[in-house]
Amino acid sequence: MNYEPVIGLEVHAQLRTKSKLFAPASTTFGASPNANTSEICLGMPGVLPVLNDHAVQLAVRAALGLNCTVHQRSQWSRKHYFYPDLPKGYQISQYDRPIATDGHLKINLESGEKIVRIERIHMEEDAGKNVHDSAITGNRSYVDFNRAGIPLVEIVTKPDIHSPEEASTYMKALRQILRYLWVCDGNMEEGSLRCDANVSIKPIGQKELGTRTELKNINSFRFVSQAIQYEILRQAEVLDRGEKVTQETRLWDSQAKMTRSMRSKEEAHDYRYFPDPDLPDLILEEKMISEIRTHMPELPAEKILRYTQELELSEYDAFVLCEDADVAEFFEAAINRHHNSKTIANWVINDVLRAIKGQPLSALSFSGEDLGTLVSLIDNQTISGKIAKDVFQQMLATGENPEQIVESKGLKQLTNQDEIESIIDDILTKNPENIDKYKAGNTKLLGFFVGQVMQQTSGKANPKLVNELLQKKLS
Amino acid sequence: MSNEPKIDLDEVQRIATLARLKLAPREAKEIATNLGDILKYMGQLNEVDTRGINPTSHAIALPTKYRADVASTGMPTTKVLRGAPERIGDGFGVPKIVE
Repeated sequence: MNYEPVIGLEVHAQLRTKSKLFAPASTTFGASPNANTSEICLGMPGVLPVLNDHAVQLAVRAALGLNCTVHQRSQWSRKHYFYPDLPKGYQISQYDRPIATDGHLKINLESGEKIVRIERIHMEEDAGKNVHDSAITGNRSYVDFNRAGIPLVEIVTKPDIHSPEEASTYMKALRQILRYLWVCDGNMEEGSLRCDANVSIKPIGQKELGTRTELKNINSFRFVSQAIQYEILRQAEVLDRGEKVTQETRLWDSQAKMTRSMRSKEEAHDYRYFPDPDLPDLILEEKMISEIRTHMPELPAEKILRYTQELELSEYDAFVLCEDADVAEFFEAAINRHHNSKTIANWVINDVLRAIKGQPLSALSFSGEDLGTLVSLIDNQTISGKIAKDVFQQMLATGENPEQIVESKGLKQLTNQDEIESIIDDILTKNPENIDKYKAGNTKLLGFFVGQVMQQTSGKANPKLVNELLQKKLS
Repeated sequence: MSNEPKIDLDEVQRIATLARLKLAPREAKEIATNLGDILKYMGQLNEVDTRGINPTSHAIALPTKYRADVASTGMPTTKVLRGAPERIGDGFGVPKIVE
């Protein structure tokens, strides 16, 4: 039978704060186990949680960026379960009164634009991390509480997604917007952005939804689509055999490329939510919300529009530059230094992005301003475009600024007409037979003469001037 | 309201499992009676007519209290692990968890 998949995504995004949601312990990634904790993170008796104001501001910013209604009153709830990664025996989360609801995110599919509705955004604290590595822990595991209490927002979609491709496109668009908003660094490898998917299928045309399974641990764009694809096929096989899909939590095993049942989690599905008596309602002043609204950063769609209309870039170039917030920022730093957006756009797309090969831009040892300076040196004829490529390689290797490189290596372009003319005369005297051939119609030989001049000047002669002078002398 | 909350033995065993407790049958019976009594006692609240009253989420109406986002040095790991029943490196040793 043919089935139609129905998918909803729950994304956990780590808010970009220095300290935890309710405690002053650091959120720095990569610290040694249990170095970033406090009495509050560890659930010691007698401690009280105190809310991080910046985390709340970031959550509101995320909500506004995703077109949600922000609620001026929301509530903290305790979600109870007993597991070694949860020292208090409950997680502070939001349940029936989340901070924001009813938003949407536009995504661009090959078939056109699609709107994915956001059901809710709520704030919560992260749990600790269970580590099991038989080489170190043998027949035991250990718990690292560095993540315990890290501020998260959980962003839940309506079941509006209908294919693995739509799911991964949504994830990419969400990551992009959260990075633009400076809400989350989007680093999936470090666990700053994590995705669970609710997947069900139903015969095409049927109204009511099928039984869903919840997929966990799909923490890369590739896994999102692979896991969902696998699960759709698995459920179709179950239904085709005349059996029923069991509602359960399943874990994506990226090694085996399959999902498998997580029975351990099933039993724990009674969270006994109730309002946290340690925390009063979260009340947001209208003034605070409107303040955040007026200071919203420019979002990708607006930026693309500005690049094409005001900077007159092609849609493709604008799209590539805006794909990542850091790249757009780099580009803007460059054009602020030197107003030649088209040439700089080409440099960023063809040279910078190629040089970093998918690595984060922070790996680059020079700034956007430096690239702006490099292009200005071409435009004011200090160096030729060809020399600029060499300077660029040097910048990549050493991080030196372009003016320094040009100065120290003596790469300044030769623009003195007399000097170039005397070099040309010298070359012409040495190659009388090529002059004859040129005059007889072999005009390709102009390239030979240009090459000779460039060789004599180590590529520093202004190519335009060389061409003009040569043509004049050979005519 | 008159519907008396009751807790049966299955419910007690389920809660015990969630709380990682092992109960002997005799204990389960006793706890079922105790929990039933507690619920009955709390059930008196159902007699109050709350129509037209907004749900209360907190006993004292307090404004939201914030702290600034400043990170301080964490608790020293040796202190953190002082109460750990077992240490594995700098971690809390626990029974094997594999999902």
